[in-house]
Amino acid sequence: MSSKEQIAIDVRDAVKRYGDFTALKTISLSIKDNEFFTLLGPSGCGKTTLLRMIAGFEDVTEGAIFLYGDEIENLPPNKRPVNTVFQNYALFPHMTILDNVAFGLEMRGAGKSEARKKAGEMLELVQLTQFSTRKPSQLSGGQQQRVALARALAPQPKVLLLDEPLSALDLKLRKAMQLELKHLQRETGITFIFVTHDQEEALTMSDRIAVMSAGELQQLGAPTDIYERPHNMFVADFIGETNLLEVSVDNIENGRAICHLGGGHELTCNEVEGVGVGSKVHLSIRPERLFMSDTPAEGESLKGSVKENIFVGTDITTIVDLQDGPDFVVRTSNSDRGNKRIFEPGTEMFVNMELGAARLLVD
Amino acid sequence: MATAKSAKFDIKSYTGFKAITMLCLFVLYAPLVVVTIYSFNSSVSLTNWEGVSFRWYVDVFTGPESGKFKAAALNSLIIAISAATMATAIATLAATGMVRGGKFKLRAVSFGLISLPLMVPEIVTAVATLIFFNAISFERGIMTILLAHTAFCIPFAYLPISARMQGIEDSYEQAAMDLYANKRQAFTKILMPLMMPGIISGFILAFIVSLDDFIITNFVKGAGVETLPTAIFGSVKQGIKPNIMAISTMLLGVSILMVTISYFVSKADNTK
Repeated sequence: MSSKEQIAIDVRDAVKRYGDFTALKTISLSIKDNEFFTLLGPSGCGKTTLLRMIAGFEDVTEGAIFLYGDEIENLPPNKRPVNTVFQNYALFPHMTILDNVAFGLEMRGAGKSEARKKAGEMLELVQLTQFSTRKPSQLSGGQQQRVALARALAPQPKVLLLDEPLSALDLKLRKAMQLELKHLQRETGITFIFVTHDQEEALTMSDRIAVMSAGELQQLGAPTDIYERPHNMFVADFIGETNLLEVSVDNIENGRAICHLGGGHELTCNEVEGVGVGSKVHLSIRPERLFMSDTPAEGESLKGSVKENIFVGTDITTIVDLQDGPDFVVRTSNSDRGNKRIFEPGTEMFVNMELGAARLLVD
Repeated sequence: MATAKSAKFDIKSYTGFKAITMLCLFVLYAPLVVVTIYSFNSSVSLTNWEGVSFRWYVDVFTGPESGKFKAAALNSLIIAISAATMATAIATLAATGMVRGGKFKLRAVSFGLISLPLMVPEIVTAVATLIFFNAISFERGIMTILLAHTAFCIPFAYLPISARMQGIEDSYEQAAMDLYANKRQAFTKILMPLMMPGIISGFILAFIVSLDDFIITNFVKGAGVETLPTAIFGSVKQGIKPNIMAISTMLLGVSILMVTISYFVSKADNTK
């Protein structure tokens, strides 16, 4: 086995410009061997452009891309040992499923019968053996998706690129495919680079996530890092639901920052580099980190009243009005209703959180 | 309710819809029907019906003019097949360049240049082609007809081919290249088969256009070289005989056959 720290893809100062428009502004990142790596961001953030640069469909305006130490940015797509699962699958409509999966093997020089034999094994892996003689149009979306996966994996690429492959599937199928993809990645040991705009999908599947916006890398880290310790406002807002509050920092002492929320409300957070006394910054608190009580609890407490309760299946979302201050969204899991209280609208109560639940954000 | 409401705007409910439709169909097809029926007339007369017979069909193949018609039909067939083949090959390359060439300067101009011959009056093309051949002292004969036909068939072949190609997403070729196919393999193994219905339609259209062309052919053909349309015209000048109607009906049959093939080929959409 190769060492865990081997780098599969190394993007060094890559820039992509279309005429005057800069799609990608100087990105550097390293994707480790055997990693499930996700490029996450809203549409137009440059994530697909970066993926296509790795695949070889877009040239690199500046910078370099290395694949296991070999510089590849000037090679045509057919000379790069990476394969792509396309968003629309791009299965060859005039070929059978088996011939689709065998295509890459044949182009790599395998004999027809050998290519077909291996393709048959791949179809077995994705449980589509009985469809091998059909044409792509005779398969459902989910089945086509699995064929696209089998086709891309058949030539045993060093890195598999997946361009929003689940976006055309319905919710249930998407959830099932997320797990299947994750398992497939573990079984094959191939490095996966997955592009998506769906933050939940990214959190579920990835070993590490690169959050991108407007052609720039915003944050790179494990799902828990990104969710619990967002670096900036974009990441906090884009990943999950959060209370984003504008605050002014009144005082910093012993690594703690006292923040003023308006209306006389104050909160203590951990100090963050780059935020000084007097600065106006944003603060993020996840709704599930808040709980309500009728007397102030240990930690940080703020007095308020309940505006509205919204039932959303697994959770109850409560909108809390802080007198003269901002509104808070509090989420209580239904399974937690024994321990945590839900108040009727209009009731005065306290919103509480542990110290450290509120995070100051740079910019 | 919904059907009653939409029926109000149904064009079929307009006053005179049926009458106008029938009139149009009559004007379009009555002459063809008459020619077809009278081609089976046993009479020497063009208009007096005397009974069903195949004598004029037999006359086409064995009568006094049969040698002339056979030679002309053979010329027409050779020219139509060769011209359509060359025009289709050129049009396929042109469509590949236009549709897959990305954005390039003069793209709109290029498209205009390819399709303009469709709009130019044929007599102008005919005169221009004749002057061109004279200017380069190219001896008139079957070669001049073939070259002229190839040239004016290109836009006819181009249109269905490029329309087809525009409907093929470039992700198929990208997928092929991603799966280690080089450019040539991506073209021959993926793009060509997907384009085939358009290529066949283009070929058939070019074939028919070449087969029945008269004006340009008449200008550029050499002395003694005849195609079927010019031979028919020459024969008609000496008076219309029923054998002309038999030839016309056979030509009509070939056209219908070709159009039918083209229809079924384009229906067999292999991208779906």
